[in-house]
Amino acid sequence: MKPPIHGLIAEFDTPTEIVTAARRAHEEGYRKMDAYSPFPVEGLSEAVGFHKDSVALICLVGGALGLAAAYALQYWVNVIGYPINVGGRPLHSWPAFIVVCFEMTVLFGGLAAALGMLAMNGLPMPYHPLFNVPNFSFASKDKFFLCIEAVDPKFDRETTYKFLASLRPRTITEVPH
Amino acid sequence: MEHKDPVEAMEVGHGQPPVLEPGHTFATITDKISAIVLTKQTPLGWFMAVGLAGLLTAVLLYAVGFLMYQGVGIWGINMPVAWGLAIVNFVWWVGIGHAGTLISAILLLLRQSWRNSINRFAEAMTIFAVMQAGLFPLLHLGRPWLAYWLFPYPNTMTVWPQFRSPLVWDVFAVSTYFTISLVFWYVGLVPDLATLRDRAQNRVARTVYAVLALGWRGSARHWHRYETAYLLLAGLATPLVLSVHTVVSFDFTIAIVPGWHSTIFPPYFVAGAIYSGFAMVLILAIPIRAIYKLEDMITDRHLDNCAKVMLATGLIVDYGYIMETFMAWYGGNFFDKHLIWNRMHGPYAVLYWALIAINVGFVNVLWSRKVRFTPKLLWVASLVVLVAMWLERFVIVVVSLSQDFLPSSWGIYIPTRWDWATFIGTIGFFAFCFLLFIRVLPMISIAEMKTLLPRSEAKTPLESES
Repeated sequence: MKPPIHGLIAEFDTPTEIVTAARRAHEEGYRKMDAYSPFPVEGLSEAVGFHKDSVALICLVGGALGLAAAYALQYWVNVIGYPINVGGRPLHSWPAFIVVCFEMTVLFGGLAAALGMLAMNGLPMPYHPLFNVPNFSFASKDKFFLCIEAVDPKFDRETTYKFLASLRPRTITEVPH
Repeated sequence: MEHKDPVEAMEVGHGQPPVLEPGHTFATITDKISAIVLTKQTPLGWFMAVGLAGLLTAVLLYAVGFLMYQGVGIWGINMPVAWGLAIVNFVWWVGIGHAGTLISAILLLLRQSWRNSINRFAEAMTIFAVMQAGLFPLLHLGRPWLAYWLFPYPNTMTVWPQFRSPLVWDVFAVSTYFTISLVFWYVGLVPDLATLRDRAQNRVARTVYAVLALGWRGSARHWHRYETAYLLLAGLATPLVLSVHTVVSFDFTIAIVPGWHSTIFPPYFVAGAIYSGFAMVLILAIPIRAIYKLEDMITDRHLDNCAKVMLATGLIVDYGYIMETFMAWYGGNFFDKHLIWNRMHGPYAVLYWALIAINVGFVNVLWSRKVRFTPKLLWVASLVVLVAMWLERFVIVVVSLSQDFLPSSWGIYIPTRWDWATFIGTIGFFAFCFLLFIRVLPMISIAEMKTLLPRSEAKTPLESES
C-alpha cells in the first residue's frame, strides 16, 4: 500500500548542520532518506548511507567496449573487408590503428560515464514529489534539506516529525505525492 | 545568512589577489550569476554586438553558399599549395579550443580551484572554436555534402576509409573532442540549469530550463555519482585534449614535405594550442568581467594565472622554433635547410619574421607584473599573440608547401577575398554563438563557485565544538 505522503522534509542552513542531521538520522535507523544541497557537500552522501557508486565501472566497461570495437573494425576493414596492398606492407598494421582506438576508448568511456551517471540517478525525471514543497527551490540556492521518506519501515508521522524537530531545522514540511 | 564571515576571505598568499573576493555567500553567488541570465533588461551593447556578429555570420553563410555553388576554385589554393587558409584556420581554431579543456579538465585534476570561475565560459569557447574549426576541412573537401564518406559505415560502394591515414585519425580525434567537450560542458551545466529553473520568473524560460535540467534536485546520492562522472570525464578529457592537437600535427608530420616531417611537431603543436587558447580566454574574459561587473569572481588572480600559462607555453613554442631551425642545420638535409632559408628570406619572409618577433620577442612582456595586472595591456597582448599564432600556422602550411623538392613545381599562394570572407565569417559566427551563450546560460559555474567558500565544507563534530 502506498503511504499517504511521500515523506517529511527538514530545511537547514549550513553544510555542517545537514551532515550532522543526516548522520543522526542514519544512527536513528532511518535508511530511506536523502539529503539535498546546492553543491556537492563532502561527506553528505556517506552520512545518508551511500558509499559506493558504479559510475566508474560503467565508464570502464564503456571504454573497453569502445577500444574493442575500434580495433575490431579497423582489423576487419584492413584485413578482411577492404584489404589494400601498399608495397607489400602487412595488412594488419596495428601501430596505425592506435589513434582511432584511443579516440573511441575516450568517446565510449566518456559517454558511458555521463549517460551512466544520469541513468543511475534516474534522470531525466520530470516529476518528483519534492518539487511540491514550496521552499525546496532553495535547494539549488543556499539551503540544505533532509527528507525522510514514508516508505522507510521506521517512518511514523509523529515520531519522525519529533525526531526531525530535535535536529533544530528551520522548517519541517510534509511532502505530498 | 547575510552576516559576513571573517574566514570567508579566501586564502591570500604571497600578496596574490584572491580567487573570489570576500563577502560572498551562497545566496549572493547564486543571485549575481543567475541575474545576468534572468534579467529582463538585456544590455543594449549586447544587441549591438550580436548584430555585428550576426552580420559577419551572414558573410560566412554567403561565402559558404558561393563555395557550394562554385567549388573550391574560388579560394586561392593551387598546386602545390593545396592547403591554404582553410587548413591554417582549422589548426588555429582547434588550437584555441584547447585552453578550455585544459582549464576544465587538467586544472580540475590538479586541484586548481581558481579554475572554477572561468571553466564554464572557457568550455563554451572550446565548443564554439571547435565548431569553427570543423567547418574548414569540411568545406575544403570540395564536395562537403559527401563528408559522411569519412566515417566507416557499410555502403553500396563497398569502400572503407583508410585507417592508416592521419586525415582519418583527425576525423575521429576532432569529432570525439567535440562530443566529449559538449558532454563535459552539459554535465557541468545540469545543476546550474536546475538553479535557473528554480529562479526563473518567466514561464517559458522556466520550462526550457526545467527540461534541460533533467529534473536535477541536488540529492546527495546524485552528487556522489555526479562527482565521480565529472572526475572521470576530466580524466578522459585530459589525454584527449593532448591527443587532438597531436593528431592534427600528424596531418603534417606523416607527410614527407620538408618542414612538416618532424618529430617535434606534436608537443610543439600542443603547446602552441594552449598558448593561443589562453590568449582567447583572456580576450573574452577581460571585457566580460568589466561589462558584467564580475571582477569579484574573475579576479586579477585569474588574469595573472592565464598570462603565466601563456608565457610558459609560449616559451615552449619558442623552443620548438629553435629546435626546428637547429635540426635543419644539424641534420644536414638539403631540403630542410632550404625550407628554413625560404622561411627567412623567401616570399613570405615578412610573415615569418613577424611571428618570430611576437612569439619570441614580444611574448616576454608577460614577465612584467605590470602587464599581467593591467587588463587593457593584457588584452592587447593576447590579441597580438593570437595574430602571431595564426601567422605561425600560415608559415607552417603555406611556406612549406610553396617550395618543396622540385623547383619546377614551386608556386605562390595568395588568399582570395573568399578565403578572407570565410575566415572573418567564422570569427563572427564564434562571437555570435558566444554572445548567445552568455545571454541564456550562466557563464560562471554557480555550483562550483559555492565550493570556493570556506563555509561550503561541513565541519566534523570535533571542529564545530572547538
